[in-house]
Amino acid sequence: MDRFRMIFQYFQSNSESVINGICGLLALASVKMYSSFDFSCPCLPQYNMAYGLGVMLVPPVILFLCGLILNRQSLVMLEEWRRPQGRRKKDLAVIRYMCSSIMQRAMVAPVVWIIVTLLDGKCLICAFSGSMDPEKFVGFANVSTVQVQQLLAKVPCKDDELMRNNTSRKAVSRYLRCWSQALGWTILLILIIAAFLARWLRPCFNQATLLQARHWSNYIDIEQKIFEETCCEHSRLFAHKCILHFFESMRQEIKLHSFSLPKEGEGAEGEEDLLRGITDQDQVNKLLKSWYYEKPPLDV
Amino acid sequence: MDKFRMIFQFFQSNQESFMNGICGIMALASTQMYSAFDFNCPCLPHYNLAYGLGILLVPPFILFLLGFVLNNNISMLAEEWRRPQGQRGKDPAVLRYMFCSMAQRAMIAPAVWVSVTLLDGKCITCAFCTLVPVETLGNASHLQLSQGEVQRVLARIPCKEIYNGQQLIANEVAVRYLRCISQALGWCFVLLMTTLAFLVRSLRPCFSQAAFLKCRYWSHYIDIERKLFDETCAEHARSFAKVCIQQFFEGMSTDLVAARCHLPRKAPADAAEAAEKLLGITDWGTMNMALKSWHRCKPPLHLHPPALSTGNGWAGEGQPPTHPSAPRRETAAYYSWV
Repeated sequence: MDRFRMIFQYFQSNSESVINGICGLLALASVKMYSSFDFSCPCLPQYNMAYGLGVMLVPPVILFLCGLILNRQSLVMLEEWRRPQGRRKKDLAVIRYMCSSIMQRAMVAPVVWIIVTLLDGKCLICAFSGSMDPEKFVGFANVSTVQVQQLLAKVPCKDDELMRNNTSRKAVSRYLRCWSQALGWTILLILIIAAFLARWLRPCFNQATLLQARHWSNYIDIEQKIFEETCCEHSRLFAHKCILHFFESMRQEIKLHSFSLPKEGEGAEGEEDLLRGITDQDQVNKLLKSWYYEKPPLDV
Repeated sequence: MDKFRMIFQFFQSNQESFMNGICGIMALASTQMYSAFDFNCPCLPHYNLAYGLGILLVPPFILFLLGFVLNNNISMLAEEWRRPQGQRGKDPAVLRYMFCSMAQRAMIAPAVWVSVTLLDGKCITCAFCTLVPVETLGNASHLQLSQGEVQRVLARIPCKEIYNGQQLIANEVAVRYLRCISQALGWCFVLLMTTLAFLVRSLRPCFSQAAFLKCRYWSHYIDIERKLFDETCAEHARSFAKVCIQQFFEGMSTDLVAARCHLPRKAPADAAEAAEKLLGITDWGTMNMALKSWHRCKPPLHLHPPALSTGNGWAGEGQPPTHPSAPRRETAAYYSWV
C-alpha cells in the first residue's frame, strides 16, 4: 500500500513536470524551427511587409495552438467546464485557475519565437525597409519616388545586383536591426519583470483561494486518470470472463453432442483445466469458427 | 493485486506514449527523407508542373498508407467491421471512433512532408516557374519572344546554371517571388492543420463526451478481448500439444514393452521421477524408432481421456504418478490503445 502511494505521488508530481517538460521542449523546438527556416525576403514593394510580419506573427499562433493541444489538462478543463452539474457543484475559480495555468504554459513557445525573431532582426528589416524615410540615407536621397520604393524594398537582399556594395543599404539594414533588437530586449525585460512580480506578489492576494483552486484542479486531473485506468482494468476483466464463458459454453455443447463417458476429476488436472474440454482438431476448428461468426453476447 | 494494477497502469500509459512515439518517429523520418531526397527539377515546360506537384503530393499519400500499415490495430478494425453479427450487436459509432483515431495518427507524417516541402520552396518554384508574372517583375515587352520561347526560358528558372533569361526577368527576383509564395502557403497550411486539430480536440468535450467515453471503452475492450483470446488459444495449444506428445510417447512405450515382453522393473523411489521423464524409451534404437514414427506418422489431433488410455491390458501397475497440477499462471498484463 505504501509503495502504491509512493508511485501515486510520483505520478502526481510527475504530470506537472511532464507538462513543464513539454513546454520547454516546445520552446526549444521553436528556436530550432526558426534557425532551420530559410528566411527569404521577397524584396518586392507590396510583398515585404506581409512576408515579414507573417513570419513574425503566424508561427506564434501555431505554437500557441500546439501548446494547447499537447497539454492534457486543457481537455480536463474543458470537460469540467461543459459537464452537466449533476450532483457535484462546479467551482468557477478552479476552472479559471486551470485555464490561466494552461494559457501561461502555452504562451512560452510563441513568446520565445517572437523574441528570437526580433533579436535576429531579419523579419523587421524585411517588413519595414520600404517604410524608411529615404531622406535620411545618402544613397536614396536623390532618387525618384517610384525607384526609391523599389530600392528600399531590395535592402534585405544583400546579394541583389543593385544592392551588392551599396553602403546606404548597410546603413538602413543596421538601423532597422538596431530597432528590432531594442524592441526584442525590451519585450523580454517587460515579460520577465511581469513574471517576477506575478510570482512574488501572488501570495499577498487570496492565497487561501489559490491553494483551494490548485488542490481541486489536481484532484480533477487525478480523478480523470484513475477513471480511465479503472475502465481499462474493468474491460480486461470483462474480456477475461467473457472468454472463459465462451469456452465453457463450448465445452457444454461438446458434452451434449458427444458420447464420451464423463471423466472423473483425477488425472492431469492442471492440463485438463487448460484444455477446457476441447481435445481434438474438429472441436478446435469449431471453436475458432464460432468465435468469428458468433461472438458471445456482452453479458457475463 | 495492487502490484498488478500498478504494472497494468504503467503499461497503459506507456502504450499511448509508445503510439505517440511512433507518430513522432514517422514525422521525423519524413523530414529526414525530404532532406535526403535529391530534388532535381527537369527545367522543361510541361514536365516541371508534373514533377513539382508529384513530389509534393505522392509521398504524403505513401506515408499515409504506411501509417495505416504500421498500425497493428488496422486488422482489428477490419475484423470487427466484417464479422457477422451473431449474438453480439455491432456499434458503428465504435468502428467510426477506431477509424478516426487511426486516421488522425496516420495524417501526421504526410502533413509534415507537405509543410516541409512548402516551407522549403523547391517544389513550388519548380512547378510554377512558368507562371511568374513577367510583366510586373521583369521586362516582357522589351524582348520580342514568342509565347513558347518565353515558357521555355521561364522553365529554366530553377536551374541557375543553364538559365539564359536575365534580360527577361532576373533569376533571383523570380526565385525569391516563388519562394515567398511557397512559404506563405506553407505557413497557412500548418496554421490550418493546427487549427483543425485544436478544434477537433476541444469541441469534442463540448458536444459528445458521453458517446466518446462509450466508444473509447468498447474499442479498448475489443482490443483486449482479442489479445486475451489469442493468449487463451496459445495456452490451449500448448496444453494440447503437451498431452498429445505425452500420449504419443506413452503409446510408443506401451507398444515396445508389449513387443519385447519385458517385465517392468519397479524403479526405486528416488529415481522414479527421472525414469518417468524417460517415458519408457531408454536406448538408442528405441529413440530412433520414436523419432522416425513422429516424422512418418504423427498422431491424430484427438486426445483420448487419460482414464480410457489404451493399455494392452498388461499395465497392471496403473498409471504412473501424474505431475502435481501446475499452478494456474498469472495472466500477463495487457494493454490496449486504439
